[in-house]
Amino acid sequence: MEGIVYLYNEIKRVQNNSFPMKILVCISHVPDTTSKINFTDNNTKFDQNGVQYVINPNDEFGLTRALWFKEQQGASVHVITVGDAQCEPTLRKALAIGADEAIRVAVPATDGLVVAKALAQIVSEDDYDLIIAGRESLDYNGGMVPGMLAQLTGFAFVNTCIKLDIDHGKALAVREIDGGKETIEVALPLVIGGQKGLVEESDLRIPNMRGIMQARSKPLHVKELTPVASTATTLSYEKPAPKEAVTLVSGVDELIDLLHKEAKVL
Amino acid sequence: MSVLVYAESDQGIIKKIAQELISYGRALADQLGTTLYVAVMADVGTQNLAQYGAQQIVHIEHEALQSFSADAFAQAIAQSAKSVEAEVVLVSSSANSRYLAPMLAVGLDAAYVPNCTQLPLSTSPFQVTHSVYTNKAEATTEMTSAVKLIGLAKNAFGVSHFEGTAQTTSLTPDLNPSKCHVSATDRATDKVMIADAEIVVSAGRGLKGPENWHLIEDLAEVLGAATACSKPVSDLGWRPHSEHVGQTGKPVASNLYIAIGISGAIQHLAGINSSKVKVVINTDPEAPFFKAADYGIVGDAFDVVPELIEKLKQFKTLNA
Repeated sequence: MEGIVYLYNEIKRVQNNSFPMKILVCISHVPDTTSKINFTDNNTKFDQNGVQYVINPNDEFGLTRALWFKEQQGASVHVITVGDAQCEPTLRKALAIGADEAIRVAVPATDGLVVAKALAQIVSEDDYDLIIAGRESLDYNGGMVPGMLAQLTGFAFVNTCIKLDIDHGKALAVREIDGGKETIEVALPLVIGGQKGLVEESDLRIPNMRGIMQARSKPLHVKELTPVASTATTLSYEKPAPKEAVTLVSGVDELIDLLHKEAKVL
Repeated sequence: MSVLVYAESDQGIIKKIAQELISYGRALADQLGTTLYVAVMADVGTQNLAQYGAQQIVHIEHEALQSFSADAFAQAIAQSAKSVEAEVVLVSSSANSRYLAPMLAVGLDAAYVPNCTQLPLSTSPFQVTHSVYTNKAEATTEMTSAVKLIGLAKNAFGVSHFEGTAQTTSLTPDLNPSKCHVSATDRATDKVMIADAEIVVSAGRGLKGPENWHLIEDLAEVLGAATACSKPVSDLGWRPHSEHVGQTGKPVASNLYIAIGISGAIQHLAGINSSKVKVVINTDPEAPFFKAADYGIVGDAFDVVPELIEKLKQFKTLNA
């Protein structure tokens, strides 16, 4: 059945080049970048006390680019996250800045492979042309879900993407590499691991009152799945030991001497 | 059972992070009482790999692997790992390895833990420590998949030296064609890359404008360093985004990080705090960077930096 659905979508795509894209944006619900990181329950759980949650910044650049495709090319934009009901305000924010529908997969996000497999199942039930996720989330820094999702769904994959244009089912993506960038031509369906550059900081949107009101009536689907067993279980966390106080030096000679003889880095 | 390292190369030359990864792999293979296999692409000379700890070499030969392609490389490495029945597969934290690793993990049905900072705490059960929350914390994670994929954090282990030789076997993988076609590459070859740099010289709004960046470039040149900048500087367009280091920019794990006119916002510090030695130069003694730095000078960059450049030139001449 899955094969037939796939074939149908492929035919539809070929027959109608200008068929509006269906985009899925994967969102992580993460602590704000200024959050103090602490742990509770004998250092086994992240301390949520006083922590503001936001759309993961790398995902927000991708979401904003997806909204550009919606406004300029008539794409539809769904957002998705894997996690418990606490993530819903973050999905509502994505709806408030312009996404059409939201999906929450009610599976504990225990590790990257579990999340990617849950997402792949949802993707297999629909006909997305483009999936945009952030290059990495600011909490676990795994940077693995987009690539795993691509491999599981058979979509093409471009990581650390800083520019994305799509015309008639073909994407032109620019990827940041160590020391430069490369341009990639690739056909849809495609998964993007995105970051700043997809849009600029100044393009990011703040929800307005009208958007917030509209978001309340937009669909937020909750999907129940049986999660696969986790094979990477985090047992505990530790914060680094407090740093020793800075050595203030009076001048350049002393600095060079210390870097040479004490720190041994020159 | 064995350990397999994917040792990446650039134009046939093994990268420094790959040397480090081979040494880490050897220590892990010794810990497990097994053999270290090192997978390299066909253009890499194999004679020097034993000195970093390689015991067996898998030479991957296929014309589709002449230039980097994440999906093709992931298939080739997965097949190498299967051919030597690897229980643990190791990759680095370069942009290319971070790109291919998740696809490799699915290909091997392996749990994947990147940013590992040391050897596993224990191999039975298999427990690793890795940095999370952008270096603000470390986590201990237990991996229970049959094959485990580990990413080593940058500058976390160091290169060890070994005597002996390694045997080479060739492998021609069976590859599906890559879905991506690289149509252009734009890479500055004359500049030190932030990712590889031993020393990074970074500046913030204290420099007052892009026209003053010659100070930073001159200092970087004397030190053989990469140049970087704070987020406000890249947002203002004074410097390209590719130089932005911090939580939403690039991570830095150099031996020496020199911050000039950067106040030290929490997001900036998160991105650079796995650097070994941090130096701050700032006019404001209350700047938060002084709490994160090892050495500091309270002073004006426009006075300190030119003097630093001159004195470093003298130092280099004396110590050459």
